[in-house]
Amino acid sequence: MGEQSPVLEMTGIRKVFPGVVALDGVDFRMFPGEVHALMGENGAGKSTLIKTLTGVYEIDGGEIKLGGVPVRISGPLQAQQAGVSTVYQEVNLCTNLSVAENIFIGREPRRFGKIQWGRMRRRAAELLARLDLDLDVSAPLSSYSLAIQQMVAIARAIDVEARVLILDEPTSSLDASEVEQLFRVMRQLKESGVAILFVSHFLDQIYEVSDRLTVLRNGQLISEHRVEELSQVQLVEKMIGKELAALEDLEDKAQRNRERAAEAKPILEARGLGRTGAIAPYDLTIHEGEVVGLAGLLGSGRTELARLLFGADKADHGELAVAGKPVNLRNPQVAMRQGIAFSSENRRTEGIIGDLTVRENIILALQAARGWTRPIPRKKQDEIVDKYIKALQIRPADPERPVRNLSGGNQQKVLLARWLITEPRLLIIDEPTRGIDVGAKAEIQKLVAELSDGGMAVLFVSAELEEVLRLSHKIAVLRDRRLVEELENTAGVDADRIMQTIASGATS
Amino acid sequence: MTTVDMTPVTDKGTPTNPRRRVYRPNAKYIPIIATLSLLAIMYSSGVANYENFGDPSVFVNLFRDNAVLLVVAVGMTFVILTGGIDLSVGAVISLTTVLTATLLKGGWPPLVVLPAVLILGALIGAGQGAVIHFFKVEPFIATLAGLFLARGTALTINQQSIPIRDDMWKAISEYRIVLAEGVVTKPIAIVAMLAVLIAAVTLAWTRFGRNVYAIGGNADSALLMGLPVGRTKIAVYTLSGFCAALGGVLFSINSTSGWALQGNGLELDAIAACVIGGVLLTGGSGYVWGTLLGVLVTGLIQTIINFQGDLNSAWTRIIVGVLLFAFIVLQRLVTRKAR
Amino acid sequence: MTSILKNRLFWPAAILVVLLVINMFTSRQFVTVQDGHLFGTLIDILRNSAPLILVGLGMTLVISTGGIDLSVGSVMAISAAVACLLIQDLDDQNSVGPVLLIIGIAIVVSMLMGLWNGALVAIIGIQPIIATLILMVAGRGIAQLITDGQIINVQSGPYATIASGFFAALPVALLIAVAATVLILLLTRRTALGLLLESVGGSPTASRLAGIGARRITIMVYVVAGGLAGLAGLIYSANIKSADSISAGNLIELDAILAVVIGGTALVGGRFSIAGTVLGAVLIQTLAVTVVAVGIPSEANLLFKAVVVVALCLFQSPTLREKVFGRLTPRTARAEVPA
Repeated sequence: MGEQSPVLEMTGIRKVFPGVVALDGVDFRMFPGEVHALMGENGAGKSTLIKTLTGVYEIDGGEIKLGGVPVRISGPLQAQQAGVSTVYQEVNLCTNLSVAENIFIGREPRRFGKIQWGRMRRRAAELLARLDLDLDVSAPLSSYSLAIQQMVAIARAIDVEARVLILDEPTSSLDASEVEQLFRVMRQLKESGVAILFVSHFLDQIYEVSDRLTVLRNGQLISEHRVEELSQVQLVEKMIGKELAALEDLEDKAQRNRERAAEAKPILEARGLGRTGAIAPYDLTIHEGEVVGLAGLLGSGRTELARLLFGADKADHGELAVAGKPVNLRNPQVAMRQGIAFSSENRRTEGIIGDLTVRENIILALQAARGWTRPIPRKKQDEIVDKYIKALQIRPADPERPVRNLSGGNQQKVLLARWLITEPRLLIIDEPTRGIDVGAKAEIQKLVAELSDGGMAVLFVSAELEEVLRLSHKIAVLRDRRLVEELENTAGVDADRIMQTIASGATS
Repeated sequence: MTTVDMTPVTDKGTPTNPRRRVYRPNAKYIPIIATLSLLAIMYSSGVANYENFGDPSVFVNLFRDNAVLLVVAVGMTFVILTGGIDLSVGAVISLTTVLTATLLKGGWPPLVVLPAVLILGALIGAGQGAVIHFFKVEPFIATLAGLFLARGTALTINQQSIPIRDDMWKAISEYRIVLAEGVVTKPIAIVAMLAVLIAAVTLAWTRFGRNVYAIGGNADSALLMGLPVGRTKIAVYTLSGFCAALGGVLFSINSTSGWALQGNGLELDAIAACVIGGVLLTGGSGYVWGTLLGVLVTGLIQTIINFQGDLNSAWTRIIVGVLLFAFIVLQRLVTRKAR
Repeated sequence: MTSILKNRLFWPAAILVVLLVINMFTSRQFVTVQDGHLFGTLIDILRNSAPLILVGLGMTLVISTGGIDLSVGSVMAISAAVACLLIQDLDDQNSVGPVLLIIGIAIVVSMLMGLWNGALVAIIGIQPIIATLILMVAGRGIAQLITDGQIINVQSGPYATIASGFFAALPVALLIAVAATVLILLLTRRTALGLLLESVGGSPTASRLAGIGARRITIMVYVVAGGLAGLAGLIYSANIKSADSISAGNLIELDAILAVVIGGTALVGGRFSIAGTVLGAVLIQTLAVTVVAVGIPSEANLLFKAVVVVALCLFQSPTLREKVFGRLTPRTARAEVPA
């Protein structure tokens, strides 16, 4: 199959957002009749690349060729007409319309301007039958599960004679048999010559269904391989960038471990805690002064696990005890009263409040805990804020500047300050170092170590193994929304060891 | 979003949900069925309690008395189906009646005046739609500006009620259509019903109509599916402006006058009729037939209060308010279940 | 901080000054002292803007949470109806104690109306615009019912005082508005309420994760908005010494929203400016007076308002700003790559 000419050829694709180069000269190609996996961690540029292909973004440089002909894709409609169809993770259909309409809207069979409903329904049923689906096509799409909605989206995509079909994380919310059904459809399409671009965070699925894969990291092309040429461990290395990790000295790790008090009391104990569809039931104990690292790929459930411990999402089974007492974390307020703090990975949408000043953002959680009737006196606010601006080296050191004007790293520090002034017993930080510069990253890592030395428990979530290894006393490894292994971070544990677990799921 | 309808991903041991063919009874019909039952109950209790209530002319007159509201509500239905709102319709009515009366008084031929005011209404709507689409201004605010503009213009033209003495207008106003013995109706009722019919066909059988539903269901998806979202949005406000102008013409025919305070607050009645008729205010769900039922319900409340005689007319507003509340909560429950 | 505020309110303030200067020349008495009281156009403007200031204050708080309250006009009507009905039944309409008690009752009733709105928004989770629409429609009916469809006239000296009386050479209505403004300023800026409101309006998700109980705060602002609207209704009705359920507070919700927007508070919520709203309210009132004073028919006022709304909205629209100002100001907010 490799000898054919590619149906899609993207060369030197460049896409720049204000301040960030999202894609830097990326090459990407697809052959007819193959399933091609696009791999990369958060911010690697996968989504951006897909969006340039589907016409959501226009490229700033490079060339896209479809079937050997250079094309300019200026919008979703143009992309479809050029033969590129997309099924997004969040299923971009209209659930209020019927199944048949969702397949045909915009292209309904008409006579004298009047939609021929009967013909449309028949054709929809035929099309779905090709995908082994037997649905009531006149029922509203909302009455079917997400998995079925996904199939309907695929049916819509292939009916427009797609040459390239993009499936962006189609499996993230499907159960095993639904995934099987999807793969069956994918193989069928592949045989008919469609090139399928497949994005998934589940490595097993990638290896089960893909023929070839391309790895991106930090907006750059890392490599392209036939799937059988690359082991899962090698793949994870390429995605995470192990060569960087290897350079880091790990000598202070052993030292930190010795310092850790042996008789530390448990702060938090989770037993069988879980949430359907988000994270399988897990056990986890966090002790005073302990840093627990969560390692795993994007979509492995690391964020979902952390959110349950703050009441940001409600667990639907299992028990939780804080300092030995059982608690039900119904909402964040309850968690805060228990001395738990949580800084979200979505800094901009779930963390900072951009219009408010640095000072206001810092005191927000403490103020919320005190209630609106007991304002923190302005003098005290200024004291606290000044102290933390200095301690965390927040730049610019202007407490009255709207926080949206700060860089990502400084926004992150503001969030950390927000939670530190509440003096939590357990600090949960989700990806605090993502998308911030190296200097700020080192400062935040140092801060976490200091906090833990001061007796605070920290749950540290990060996509970067190197960080997790450097900081954690204990590492919990996640894969496919399941906590698969918990290991003490002793001298024998290194990135290879964890990647093994991430890649295979087995505890070797 | 994605957490809503998920099955356990990791529990590979559990059997697959048997959801494949099973679906819930169609929730989108619940509000309209509720309205229909309400209408039936109200009508039959009216017949039971008051003499002559069962007379067919009572029912037929509902269409005559609410013709203007019906036409406006039809336009509003399109707007609400896309998830928008149009506050300017009442003001466009007043502008239309004033303009019609003024132009006719100035000796313009009626056959020029009629299309002129209709086109003006459509243009006002198109302008609002353009502002909403191109500048991403909230429909509420954009049409509020339209309200000020239209009513201000109307008041500036003339604050007094202007009588219409045009022969054609008078002739239409006095024309009666005999449906059966003792049951007559006016042309304006026929026009209103035609509007309902055309709107129903448009929504059910044309691409434009289906695009309206798609946009109301999920505008982002509609865009990604390659539907003409901007064009459809502007068209919908244009249509609403046109319907408001048509309502204004009917108003001027009915009252053979033009007055800048006519149609004051009618936008609220139209929105209320849509909601009571089961049109979801968040967009994407509802039918013109529902709107028709909603208008009939509000009309019937008025009729019953008239028959009762000793009841304060304020009850109309209160009952409409109570119904609004009931239907909004019902909608909320239905949408919650559907998700 | 002050420089930002200045920046935002510069244009409204400048327009206000220009309008006042025009008035200085056109009116015979701008400010004079008569019988120890201040009189003149300026004082009239300030006195007559009291109801709008009060309603605007409540609206500001509601809008800062990302909501809107359409029912303020109806609440005004209800409050006026309650007060006038009770005063009418007094043996001695001129005794101060009972009148004060009645005023208190009317305000409590208005706050209950606000509680209803707040509960619909924060507990049932209905969109604010729809939730408050219910009371907007039904409220006037309730008011009419209270007054039995009549206009209730009262001859109460103490009651009239709140609209037309003077205290320390200044109109009582103005003093009430000032007192309310100071109270709201203290309530929002001396406690943490302002911060929490801006936080909820700025980002509901982030606020929830920061441990803010948005529900209680949201209900509270609707209650406050209801109470302030009730007070405004009392001033309105004391001014005409009667309760008129139809015209009390008619369309005031639109003016109040306009005042808030002019004052620099964005309709999406977040940062709010109490001073800005007061400025906006006075500006709207001055505009109305000026339009008459310079001999333009007062109806054209609506046209001016339409122009103001359109201009403000277009200026606030990020799309337009981007189109007009291009990439002169790179937006740091977009600096991060969407994953």
